[in-house]
Amino acid sequence: MSTTQEGTEVRPDEHPIAPFMRMDRMPHIWCPECGLGTVVKCFATALQESGVDLDKLAIVSGIGCTGRTAGYMKLDGFHTTHGRAIPFATGLKLGRPELLVTVFSGDGDLVGIGGNHFIHAARRNMDLLVILVNNFIYGMTGGQNAPTTPLEAKSSTMPFGNFERPFNLPHLAASCGATYVARWTCLHVRRLTKAMGEGLKRKGFRLIEVIAPCPTLYARLNKLGGGLDLMRFYHDDAEVRNGADTRELDIAYQQRIVCGKFVDEERPTFLEMMHEHYRGILGEKYVPMPPEGGLLRGQ
Amino acid sequence: MRYWRRPLDFDRMHVPRGAVRIIVERCKGCAFCVEYCPRDVLEMSREFNRKGYHPPKVVKAGECVNCNLCEMICPEFAIFSVPQEESPCAQTQPAS
Amino acid sequence: MRADPAGVLTGVHYLDGDFACGEGAMAAGCRFVAGYPITPSTEVVERIARRFPSMGGTFIQMEDELASMAAIIGGSWTGTKSMTVTSGPGFSLMMENIGLAAMMETPCVVVNVQRGGPSTGLPTMVGQADMMQARWGSHGDYAIIAVCPQSPQEAFDLTIDAFNLSELYRVPVLVMMDECVGHMTEKVVIPPAEAIEVVPRTLTGKSPAEYWPYQTNGRMVPEFARAGDGYRFHTTGLTHDERGYPVMSAECQDRCVRRLVEKIRGDTDRIVRFEEEGTAGADVVVVAYGITARVARAGVELARRRGVKVGLFRLVVAWPFPERRIRELAAGIRAFVVPEINCGQMVLEVERCAAGKAAAVSLPHAGGGVHEPERIAEALIEAAQ
Repeated sequence: MSTTQEGTEVRPDEHPIAPFMRMDRMPHIWCPECGLGTVVKCFATALQESGVDLDKLAIVSGIGCTGRTAGYMKLDGFHTTHGRAIPFATGLKLGRPELLVTVFSGDGDLVGIGGNHFIHAARRNMDLLVILVNNFIYGMTGGQNAPTTPLEAKSSTMPFGNFERPFNLPHLAASCGATYVARWTCLHVRRLTKAMGEGLKRKGFRLIEVIAPCPTLYARLNKLGGGLDLMRFYHDDAEVRNGADTRELDIAYQQRIVCGKFVDEERPTFLEMMHEHYRGILGEKYVPMPPEGGLLRGQ
Repeated sequence: MRYWRRPLDFDRMHVPRGAVRIIVERCKGCAFCVEYCPRDVLEMSREFNRKGYHPPKVVKAGECVNCNLCEMICPEFAIFSVPQEESPCAQTQPAS
Repeated sequence: MRADPAGVLTGVHYLDGDFACGEGAMAAGCRFVAGYPITPSTEVVERIARRFPSMGGTFIQMEDELASMAAIIGGSWTGTKSMTVTSGPGFSLMMENIGLAAMMETPCVVVNVQRGGPSTGLPTMVGQADMMQARWGSHGDYAIIAVCPQSPQEAFDLTIDAFNLSELYRVPVLVMMDECVGHMTEKVVIPPAEAIEVVPRTLTGKSPAEYWPYQTNGRMVPEFARAGDGYRFHTTGLTHDERGYPVMSAECQDRCVRRLVEKIRGDTDRIVRFEEEGTAGADVVVVAYGITARVARAGVELARRRGVKVGLFRLVVAWPFPERRIRELAAGIRAFVVPEINCGQMVLEVERCAAGKAAAVSLPHAGGGVHEPERIAEALIEAAQ
C-alpha cells in the first residue's frame, strides 16, 4: 500500500485507469522511464471518452514490448506471433464484422516482419485502428536495428551506427491508402488521446504512430540519457504541422519530429466495397455474413 | 495568476482545484510528472519506496488545478488527481 | 447438429478432389476462408470464392500464406469456422501460425494438397512428402490431427470430419490430400443437409465473471468463448496459465504443454480411423494412404493372384498414428510394406510401432507420379519370403 502526503493510503486499483486494466497483472513489465505506459493511459482515456462498447472492442498485439499491451488491457485480447497482428486482426474483423478491432504493436513488429501485412491492410482499407508505438529500435530483444532507426543511430546490430535508410511511416501508410494517418509523441498526451478518440470513431485503415522513449536500449546505446531526456528532446524538437505533406515527415537522428494529423479521409472500407460489389452483381442472391459473425447456432 | 486587466467575469469564474494522489509503491522515479506539471506542484522526494525509487511528493498542495496531466503522463499509473472544491478567481494568488 | 442447408450442395456430382473439399468445408459450416493461390490447391478456394457470397461466408485472398493462417485463427476466435488451403511451400510458411493455433487451442482446418517437393519441386505433380511435417512441422511440442482422403468423395467426407474433430479437440486439423486426388474428377454424392452431422462451435455456458479461457476442470479440452461476447478474455502464444496469462515457469510449461499433447495422444483410440482388408491370416500387410492406397489395392490383387497372403491397411486418419493396431498386426505377420510418394516417412512410424516384431519395408517414390502396381506386387512377394 502507498501513502500520500495527506497520510491516506492509495491503492493501485483507485487509479482511474484501473477499470481498463487487468489489475491482477499489474505492475507491468515495462522499464522505468519507458513511454509505453503513457500511451496505454492515453488509449484507456480515449476509450472512456469515446463511449465505445468495450465488449465489442478486441485488441491484437504482436511480439515486442508494445506487444505486451494486449495482455494488460481488460479487453478481448490476442497476443499473436511476430508481425502477424494485422492479418490476425483482419480475421477477427471479417469473422465478426461488428467488432472494433485495434492493433497495438511496435515498429519492428508491424513494419519489419509485419511489413507486407501492413501495406496490404492499408491498401485494402481494412477496418482496423493501428496504434504503432515507434521507439526506433527492437527493444524486447535487446536493442537491434529497426526499420525505423534513424541514420547514424547506434543499435546492437549496427554498433557503428545505422547506415540503412529508415521508413517514413506516415508516408508509407498514406501511400498505401490509409484513410487516417497521424503521428504524435507520447509527450503530446492530450493530442494523442484526441487522435485515438478520432481513430476510434472513424472507419478504414487508421494509423496512429506514437514516438515513445526507450531508455534502456535506444537512449542508452546512443548515450542520449534516459526517458526524461528523450521527452525533453520531444518537447524541444517536435513540430506540430497538421496536414503536412507526408513526404516531408522523415525523422533524422535527434532532429525535428513532425507531428500532427496528416490524412483524414472517408473512403469505402474493404467490407463496404465487398458488400456493394456483391449486391450489385448478385442482387437478391447475395447473403452477406451478418455483423454478429459467422457462428452457426445449433439446429 | 497575474492579470493585465481584470476580466469582466472575474467574480463569477472559479479555478478548478485538485488533490494529488500518489501510489508510492508503483513509482519508478521517471520524473515525467515533476517535469511537466504546469503548476510545479511536485518535486522528486528523497524518500525511497520499496523498490528503491524516489517517488514524487507534493510541494505546492494548493496549486493543483486538477488538469490530470500527471495522471496522463505517468507510465506506471502511479499518480492521479481528484477534484477538490473550486476556488473563486478572486482568491487566486500570483504564481511566483 | 445438422448441417446448414445453405452450404450443402445436395446431389450427385462429378467433381475433382479440390472442389469436393471446398464443398465439404461449406457443408461443415465453414464461413471464413483466407487463402493464397498455390498449385495444386487453388481450386479449393476458387470454388469457395464463387459459392460463399450466397451463404453468408467471407473469403479473402490474403497477401501470403503467413497472413492466411493468421487470419483464419483470428476468424475462428469470432466463433466462425475457418479454413485455409495450401500446398508444400505454403505449408512451410504456415508452420509458425499452426503452432499458434495449437497453443491458443483454436479450431481450424488447414488443407495441404501435397505436391512434389522439396522447395518449389513439382508444382503440378503429386507428392506425399509432407506427412512428417504435418505432425512435426512447427517448433515445440504440440499435437495435431491429420486425415488423408483417397478420392474426391473422401475429400468431401473427410473435410467435414476434419471440421468436426477440430471442434471437439480445439486443435488445427490438417487435410493431407495429394495432387492426384485433388485433381482427379470422380462421382461425389452430397447428401441432404439433415443427413450430415456437424459438430457446432460450442460456446461456454459460464458467465464472464466465472470464465477462465483455459480452465479444464480435469477434462482435456477447455470451453470456448468468442471475441465480442463480453468475456474480455486474453489468449497468447506464450506459455500461459488457466487464465490465458503468460507465465514463465517450468511448472506452467509442464501443465500447459502436456495437455496440448495429451488431449490428442490420450484419445488416440477414439480419433484414429483406418480401413483393413484381408489382414486376418495375412503374411504381409500393405500400409498406404491417399492415392497410393488405391494403387496399392491393384498391387495387392496382383500379389494375391500369385499366392501371397496380403492384407491392406489404409490410413484414413494419419495423425495420430494407429499405434495400437499396427502393434497388434506386427505380432502376427512377417512384414509391412509401405509404399509412399516420398522417400520413406510414414514407414518410420510403422517401423517404430512394429518394434522389430515384423519388418517394415519402405517402398519410396520420390514424386511426380504414382507407383506401378507391379512394383508393389513384387515388393509384397519379396517381403513374404
